[in-house]
Amino acid sequence: MDIIYTIWLRNMKRYIRSKSRIIGSISMPLFFLLFLGFGLNNVVQIPGMGENYIVFLIPGMVAMSVLFTSVFSGIQIIWDKQFGFLKETLVAPVSRLEIMLGQTAGGATTAFIQGVIILLLSVFVGLKSESIPGFFIAFGFMALIGIAFTAFGIAIASKMEDMTGFQLIMNFVVFPIFGLSGALFPIKSLPAIIAPITLIDPLTYGVEGIRYGLTGVSQINPLVSLAVLGGFTVAMTVIGAYLFRTIKS
Amino acid sequence: MTVAIHVDHLTRKFNELVAVNDISFEIGQGEIFGLLGPNGAGKTTTLAMLSTMLKPTSGSATVNGLDIEHNEDGVRKSIGIVFQDQSLDEELTAWENMDFHGRLYRIPGETRRERITELLKLVELEERKNDIVKTFSGGMRRRLEIARGLLHHPVVLFLDEPTLGLDPQTRNHLWEYIATLAKEKGITIILTTHYMEEADRLCNRIAIIDHGKIIALDTPANLKDGIGGDVITIRSPDTAAIVSALNEPWVSRMERHDGQVMITLQSAEQHVSGIVALLIEKGIKIESISIHKPTLEDVFLSFTGKTIREEEADGKGNMRMYQKMMRH
Repeated sequence: MDIIYTIWLRNMKRYIRSKSRIIGSISMPLFFLLFLGFGLNNVVQIPGMGENYIVFLIPGMVAMSVLFTSVFSGIQIIWDKQFGFLKETLVAPVSRLEIMLGQTAGGATTAFIQGVIILLLSVFVGLKSESIPGFFIAFGFMALIGIAFTAFGIAIASKMEDMTGFQLIMNFVVFPIFGLSGALFPIKSLPAIIAPITLIDPLTYGVEGIRYGLTGVSQINPLVSLAVLGGFTVAMTVIGAYLFRTIKS
Repeated sequence: MTVAIHVDHLTRKFNELVAVNDISFEIGQGEIFGLLGPNGAGKTTTLAMLSTMLKPTSGSATVNGLDIEHNEDGVRKSIGIVFQDQSLDEELTAWENMDFHGRLYRIPGETRRERITELLKLVELEERKNDIVKTFSGGMRRRLEIARGLLHHPVVLFLDEPTLGLDPQTRNHLWEYIATLAKEKGITIILTTHYMEEADRLCNRIAIIDHGKIIALDTPANLKDGIGGDVITIRSPDTAAIVSALNEPWVSRMERHDGQVMITLQSAEQHVSGIVALLIEKGIKIESISIHKPTLEDVFLSFTGKTIREEEADGKGNMRMYQKMMRH
């Protein structure tokens, strides 16, 4: 545990110091929320999903900020590789599993905090808390998204040489995961052929879980969401840990 | 003498390239041992194996009596490493970098803080302890890395090209540190370098390594004595003529390279005027002439037939190839 804590602590220190990164990764979901939300609020009506579009959008934006921050935190291992710091941890008498879990804990925590910031800011654009337990349900789903996608980032970083592939991963993996998740639109409104695709996207279950917590309604049973996202988190952690074992400094 | 490192027929291949070829040596406790050779000779690969970062293809080695393959954690606890490339977290302060290391090696809180303070004082970084490493100069970073490598009281300290890329003044300063450290702490130091002067000044014993093989291993003094006398170097457009002109019994050896002739002989001071007279008589042009006591550079030259720089120019293609392989 002490090693996991040590690596987590380093991540926290770096996170708190990187003011520009904090602001940068809050700004995108916030812009989406403000412009898309207010812009479409009067045009879009979603039956049975709360009174307006902006409230519909909030869980999606929270999930988005957790998703992007966590993938980025995981992939940051490549920076450590390039700046040589990874060697320092790899040559210490600690197991690769401890390093990976520490990195996951650190990345998930930063992602979670970013999500909470968006959540708190959402109160100003119309989020009304239905219940206190509901918030905790949302927190739980945010934590799961954070862990799963930090592990996902670590898995990718373990196989990548340098940052050149980063843009590729963002464009062809992370954005589709976000776009297909039903963060921007209700999955029920999709044509019957496309709808199943959103159901393979693990983030869909995260968004729906957060939505259930914050608004009390969701398109997928929250227990199903919990089971699928929980399973995905365990799978990603195992894969991430496995691939990290083979990482070369 | 207690043995700190024992290396037995160690070999490492990257596909068809043999980076380290069947090397054996032993380092005693408290010794400063140098691995000297051009870039790509196999120094870093040797250190990587001894620090358990790389598995040997064949052969074996022990560090602090522990097998590098079967007791990885034991070996890792026994060693401190300063890597060739920087390995600090630039976003953290000097203290935080030290603290991170101390925690990784599970040094309990109170002891950790005491040792960090003591070591930062030793490397003269105490006043900068709360500054972010990004603001440090190259020499300061190196000192911090050395302090960090000592934090968990290793039995052996590995220094991989500790002064690479530093200006001569900082380099001199670091040498003094290293020498003092070895004396005060009594730890074994194994360092790689391609600076001959560095090896000469610091090391008790030196292994000259080229193309993955140890071609000579002895104290710097013995290595230089092995040259057999003094060295006269003559620069001239016609080196071949010099070699044939000086075919005398008092010349022990002559080598031509790079527009100069290196002549090894006893009592060079007495012969130099004779040599000059002889060459003028034969009409051979002398651009410059110098007499010196043999250096490790001459030792390297006499063993490999090349200067270390020539060797590096040749080795570059090879090195790139295996750096690529190490990554895969």
